[in-house]
Amino acid sequence: MNGDLLTLNRVGVRLGGREILRDVSFGLRPGQFTGLIGPNGAGKTTLLRVILGLQPVTSGEALLDGAPRPARDSSIGYVPQKLVIEPDVPLRVRDVVSLGLDGHRFGIRLPSRARRVLVSDMLTAVGAQRYADARVGELSGGEQQRVMIAHALISRPRLLLLDEPLANLDISSEQGIVSVLARLARAEHVAVLLSAHDMNPLMPVMDRIVYVAAGRVAVGDTDDVVQPEVLSRLYGQHVDVIRVHGRILVVAAPEGVDEAEAAAEDAGVIR
Amino acid sequence: MHYVFEPGFFASGPVRVALAVGTVIAVTSAVVGVFTVTRGQSFAGHSLADIATTGGSGAFLIGVNQFWGYLAFGAGAAAFMEMIGIQRRRGRDVATGVVLGAALGLAALFLYLGTQYSTTTGASFTILFGSIFVLTPSTVPVLIASALVALVTVLALARVLLLSSLSPDIAAARGVPVRAVGAAFLMALAVSVALSAVIIGAVLSTALLIGPAATALRLARSPVRAAITAAAVGVLAIWLGIVLGYDSYYWPPAGRGWPVSFFVVTLIVGGYLVTYLRRGERRADPQTPQENVDAEQACSPA
Repeated sequence: MNGDLLTLNRVGVRLGGREILRDVSFGLRPGQFTGLIGPNGAGKTTLLRVILGLQPVTSGEALLDGAPRPARDSSIGYVPQKLVIEPDVPLRVRDVVSLGLDGHRFGIRLPSRARRVLVSDMLTAVGAQRYADARVGELSGGEQQRVMIAHALISRPRLLLLDEPLANLDISSEQGIVSVLARLARAEHVAVLLSAHDMNPLMPVMDRIVYVAAGRVAVGDTDDVVQPEVLSRLYGQHVDVIRVHGRILVVAAPEGVDEAEAAAEDAGVIR
Repeated sequence: MHYVFEPGFFASGPVRVALAVGTVIAVTSAVVGVFTVTRGQSFAGHSLADIATTGGSGAFLIGVNQFWGYLAFGAGAAAFMEMIGIQRRRGRDVATGVVLGAALGLAALFLYLGTQYSTTTGASFTILFGSIFVLTPSTVPVLIASALVALVTVLALARVLLLSSLSPDIAAARGVPVRAVGAAFLMALAVSVALSAVIIGAVLSTALLIGPAATALRLARSPVRAAITAAAVGVLAIWLGIVLGYDSYYWPPAGRGWPVSFFVVTLIVGGYLVTYLRRGERRADPQTPQENVDAEQACSPA
C-alpha cells in the first residue's frame, strides 16, 4: 500500500472507559525521521505500544507492510522510556547489545567471533565502544541510551521506535543521541519514530511531525503542523505558538479562559 | 594432610554421598540464584523457603520423605505467587506477609505433632537445619535428577530471562512469552529451594541460593562469569562445610558433629562480606568505569 512501511488506520484505544487515542491515522516511510511530539499524558507511549503490538486497539488497525505484524519478528526495534537498570544486573554493555540479536531465543549460545565483531561494530556506530566492558547499570543516562539504541539496531530493524529517549539528558548528550540517530536512519534506511515532549532538539533532523494532544494527532511537515490554528483544534483550547531564536514554544492558555481573553492576556506576557 | 581431613573422611559413605549431592545442588542453587537476584526475586526465594518448611514438616508427620513435602509446597506456592503476583504488584507484600506467618505457624504445629507421635526428636532439627550426612539413599538419584532439571531449565531460559530483566516490554515486543517464562523460572526456583532445604535445612536454604549469587555479582561483570563464579563459591562453601562438619565430630563436645549448615552459611556470609569490603575499596578508586568521561568534560570549566 502506497510504499508505507507502517500504516496506522483510524486507531482508537480505550482503557478503563477513558479514551486514550482517537482516530489516529498516519504512515511511516523507510529512511524518514519522524518526531512523535506532545505533552506528557497525551498518549505517545500508548501509540508506540500499539505499533509494537503490546497494546490492543479498540478500533482501527496498525499494519506493517500492509499486513498485521507477526509475533516474533525483528522488523521493529524498540527503546522503552525510563529504563531503570540496577548496577548489580550482570550485563556488560556488549552483553546488552548482543541480546539485541538473540535475546528472544531459547537455549544456550556458544561464543562466536562473527557476533563479537558485529557487536563491537554496532557499539562503534553509536559511539559507545569506550565503555563496552562496563556494567550497563553503572552508566549515565545518555550512555545507557546509546547502548539501548545499539541494542535496538543490531537486529537490523526497518522501523526504530524510541520512547522519550531525550528525557533527563543534558544538552550535549541530547545532541549526541539525536545526531547518531539521524546518521543511522539515513545510512541504514531505517524509519525512526521518536517521542518527545520538546520538539526543539529534533528540529534539525526531523522530516515529519506527528503531534499528539488529547489522544488525537496532526501529521505533516513541522511548519504546517506547528501552527496555532492546527494545535488549538487538536488541544480543544486556545494555544499559542511562539518562535524565538529558532526555537518553538507551544503555550497553552489557562484552563477556563476563553480564546479572546487568552489572546488579550498573552499579548504582553509569555507564560 | 590429616590435620585437614580427619581419619576416614574419604572412606565414609555418607561423606561421599554428601559431597556428590552437595556439589550438584550447590551448582544449581548458585546458577538459579544469579537469575533470582538479577530479577529482584530474592524475597520470593525466601518466601518459598518458609512455605517449604511447612511442606517438609507436614511430610514428616505423614511419614513421607521431606523432599516431597518441600517440593510440593514450594511448587504450589510458586504457582500461587505467579497467579497473584503479576496482576497486583501492590498489596503483594501484605498478602505474602500474612501467608508466610500462617505457613510457619502450621510448620510449628506439624513439628510439634511429629515429635509427639514419634520418638525421633531430631526431626525438627533435620527439617529446619538440614541433614546432609543422613540422606536417604533412595532419594539421592531423585535429588540429582531434580537439580539437573532445574539447572537445564534455567540455562535454556537464560537469554530470555536476561532480556526480560533488562526490559519486559522489549522482550514482549520481540515475541517472548514473558509471563510463561517467569512462571517456568519460578518453578525452577521452587525446585532449587526444595533441594537446598534437604541439605542445609528449609529455613537456611536461601543462603545457598542468594549468598553465592550476591558474591558473584560483586566479582564478575558478565552473566556467564557471574554464573560460573557463583557455582564455584557455592561448591566451595559446601565442600568446606562438609569437611568442617566431619572434623567437628572430634571437637568439643566430643562425639557429636556440629551442624554442616552452620559452616556452609557462615562461609557464604563470610565470602560475601569479604567481596563487599573489597568492592567498597575499589569504589573509592577514581579509575572505576562508573566515572564517565562525558560528565567530567561537561563539568570542567575548560
